[in-house]
Amino acid sequence: MSGTFTHDFKTPAFKGKVSIPTGLFIGGKFVDGKKGETWDVINPTNGKKITSVASGTVEDVDYAVKVAQKAFDETWGLKCPGNQRSKYLNKIADLMEEHLDEFCALEALNTGKPFSWAKKGDMDMALDTFRYYAGWADKISGKVIETSEDKLSYTRHEPIGVVAQIIAWNFPIMLLAWKVAPALACGNVIILKPSEFTPLTALLFAKLANDAGVPPGVINIINGTGPKIAFTGSTLTGRKIMQSAGKSNLKNVTLELGGKSPNIIMDDADIDQAVDWTAHGVYWNMGQACCAGTRIFVHEKVYDQFLKKFTEKTKKVRMGDPFGDVDIGALVSNQQFERVLDYIDSGKKEGATVHLGGEALKKDGFWVEPTIFTDVTPDMKIVQEEIFGPVGVIIKFKDDEDAIRQANDTTYGLAAAVFSKNVDRALQTAHRLNAGTAWVNCVNQLHAQVPFGGFKQSGIGRELGEYALENYTAIKAVHVNFGHKI
Amino acid sequence: MPQTFEYTFDTPVYKGKTSFSTGLYINGQWVDGSKGTTIDVINPTNGQLVTKISEGTKEDVDLAVVAAQKTFDTVWGLNTPGTRRAELLNNLGNLMQAHFDELAALEALDNGKTFGWAQDVDVTDSIATIKYYAGWADKIQGKTIETTAGKLVYTRHEPIGVVGQIIPWNFPLMMMAWKIGPALATGNCIILKPSEFTPLTAIRMSHLIQEAGFPPGVVNIIPGYGTTVGAAISEHPHIDKVAFTGSTLVGRKIMEAAARTNLKNVTLELGGKSPNIIFDDADIDQAVRFTSHGIFWNHGQACCAGSRIYVHAKVYDEFLTKFTDKAKSLKVGDPFGLDTYQGPQVSQIQFDRIMSYIDSGRQQGATLHLGGERHGSEGYFIKPTIFTDTKPDMRIVQEEIFGPVGVVIRFEDDDDVINQANDTMYGLAAAVFSKNIDRALQVAHKLKAGTAWVNCINQLHPQVPFGGFKQSGIGRELGEYALENYTAVKAVHVNFSLSVK
Repeated sequence: MSGTFTHDFKTPAFKGKVSIPTGLFIGGKFVDGKKGETWDVINPTNGKKITSVASGTVEDVDYAVKVAQKAFDETWGLKCPGNQRSKYLNKIADLMEEHLDEFCALEALNTGKPFSWAKKGDMDMALDTFRYYAGWADKISGKVIETSEDKLSYTRHEPIGVVAQIIAWNFPIMLLAWKVAPALACGNVIILKPSEFTPLTALLFAKLANDAGVPPGVINIINGTGPKIAFTGSTLTGRKIMQSAGKSNLKNVTLELGGKSPNIIMDDADIDQAVDWTAHGVYWNMGQACCAGTRIFVHEKVYDQFLKKFTEKTKKVRMGDPFGDVDIGALVSNQQFERVLDYIDSGKKEGATVHLGGEALKKDGFWVEPTIFTDVTPDMKIVQEEIFGPVGVIIKFKDDEDAIRQANDTTYGLAAAVFSKNVDRALQTAHRLNAGTAWVNCVNQLHAQVPFGGFKQSGIGRELGEYALENYTAIKAVHVNFGHKI
Repeated sequence: MPQTFEYTFDTPVYKGKTSFSTGLYINGQWVDGSKGTTIDVINPTNGQLVTKISEGTKEDVDLAVVAAQKTFDTVWGLNTPGTRRAELLNNLGNLMQAHFDELAALEALDNGKTFGWAQDVDVTDSIATIKYYAGWADKIQGKTIETTAGKLVYTRHEPIGVVGQIIPWNFPLMMMAWKIGPALATGNCIILKPSEFTPLTAIRMSHLIQEAGFPPGVVNIIPGYGTTVGAAISEHPHIDKVAFTGSTLVGRKIMEAAARTNLKNVTLELGGKSPNIIFDDADIDQAVRFTSHGIFWNHGQACCAGSRIYVHAKVYDEFLTKFTDKAKSLKVGDPFGLDTYQGPQVSQIQFDRIMSYIDSGRQQGATLHLGGERHGSEGYFIKPTIFTDTKPDMRIVQEEIFGPVGVVIRFEDDDDVINQANDTMYGLAAAVFSKNIDRALQVAHKLKAGTAWVNCINQLHPQVPFGGFKQSGIGRELGEYALENYTAVKAVHVNFSLSVK
């Protein structure tokens, strides 16, 4: 039926053969798309084709929805008790862990991120997330609500039914886990669209979910282009999805979108730690993180010291073959590569100082140097807009109030960080920053237990933690009247 | 200067006076609209003018948002502790209680519902809701979340800031209470647009809100039209949340507008075509009374009205006879008359809509079993109406009529009736009448609706969430659940000892 992709990895980080089906995964089977279309998957370290995968269309989605609805009505939903859903989620996690290195290798090959980060970051979080929600699956509770003694009022937190999930290319398997785990825990069936740039780990996942015995139709994975529905991606696309939902059937929408997160270094920060964390904030995942701390505000008293150390730190960031001993790899695609270079260009044109970097590497693939801009003004594009590359801007400030005001002066509100050892200053600043996550003396720390999501145009709703369950349950209030007669 | 509305009620059920400014309430003052125009408030019992009120515009919304944001940043939000917010909400509840009959009378005058119903349900429930949320105001909690010993992680449930609220004309005061209660309890500032058809109780409330001691700018009330004030709220770049109750059609527009502009979070309470299933083991007499309440309460102008009435074949004839008698006994007339059960529909537009649905029922071949015509010769009164012998595809079975029109459908098989009940794009509420514990509860669980009533109907409590599945809405009002609509969750990670290399 559908094809297979096999790759023999012969790399320092991983040696082995990995084989995955490349079809659409619908109703427990891998199939070609109804129109037989395919999509080329590109290796970002050299711009060359890795393989092609089946690419779905509206017809495939319609079919998948029917299959999924049937599974929901007959074998999943509340017909599959929570503890059984829990077993499936744990089994999925166990199988993923058995194939850990294969996942990491595929992710590194497909996205250009280092194998080592895929292992200690992406997959570690993905496994944690599946196991965390496995634990929730049999703890979905409603409430009994006191009204009067002649009735019983209670709520049921029911699965919604068929949910659509669209994920981004920056953390493919991790975002898949963030979406799939809570949705399944709550008893929903899923139509998931990975990014067309990075479908490979999703396909391995589908194969393993099948092996885990998840009933056919519960998880459906359809690669293809264009958004159709829980969505992680750009704010621009997020709008389109919400508008579509409004136009069609008012489906509930949760969105995890972009950011331009501020990172504030106070004069009483541990500067060495601040430098290390700031580098992590900007360069992790090549800056392709929605919560990247890309606006770096440094108190004037420590500005020179910080800049010097941060520059040294940045120079030590090792960029190269994802399977080597490196810190960062290539950007995910040519599209992104050009976007980031455009932004760097605009920084130069608008008069910012390129303090470090600012160039693409002259070789095949999508490589951009870690870049630091200084002497910026607030209205510059590189200060306002999300670049999604390894580019930080450093801004001097003298006054806490001014730093907080500047930090909050954005349409985004995904995350923020503050470095200070003073308990009052650190926590009160964190509280005043308008963002869904505030990091104190750290950056980009995520846990399956802790909610994550945006204020303002960075999104709607929260993922992770207990909070994510709300996204995937429909509340029904039941009023049972005993004695009230009219 | 805005007009002062003065009115003397001299009726069999209520005698009293009211007098208040009808300006827009912005930043603690009553002002003319920016264009100096007014809206006519019409008495639905006779189509006559009651008073003019100031008309709000987009510019007024802009002004209000600026004032609200300033108030939020300086005086309200987390600057006012929960206990104080509780105190103010309780003050408001007490003032509403002190003006109980006046509020009921204004509601009856403006909307056409009877004074008695306005007292027993609308005003009573509104006060209860405000007081319920007063109790929540100092109990807004985040969590501390265990991760590792080297850090402290907690969530704050913060107010969002300036929220927009757009409410309908069917339960004007009650819908206002459902909206402002949780929004104020959680520390938000509000821009509220009442319906242009029924602004009077909202405007009266603006005076009580001021008297209660809410700082200027916390609540702003701007009557106006959907296409102007409603759109301005949905599209406003500095309103981060909009809550709407009204038609599904308009709900869509609001969601699209929110998406198109600043991705403000949206909660919607929309329409319904709620099924009401009477089994052969129901208490028929009670089922008849609750069914009547289900469709004729508020003249059928309730989003959760039980308008599709499914009756088991074994009890169909008995039920229909008794239900018909019950419907005939409902007195239609002056909202301030003695013994009146049902007043006029709210407006000419609604009257025409409902009559057009009744017409379609006839034309599509349903049997007009009772009613189906205007009552009297002035005002928007429609007789309680029952259709039988319908088919599932008829408009009167599919579409929300929002009037005193029920369709009664015979069934024989439990699975079939559940399928029919669920075969709708709506999912707001449902009811089932049966004394058998297995049947009653299992059917309730299978009905795809945000509220399932067992052996009762249209029972609402401030403690219990209310909202729709499918195209009946997004989100839940009332209960603890409503607090989520008005809080922004922030996770704070405080690192003690983790270093990075």
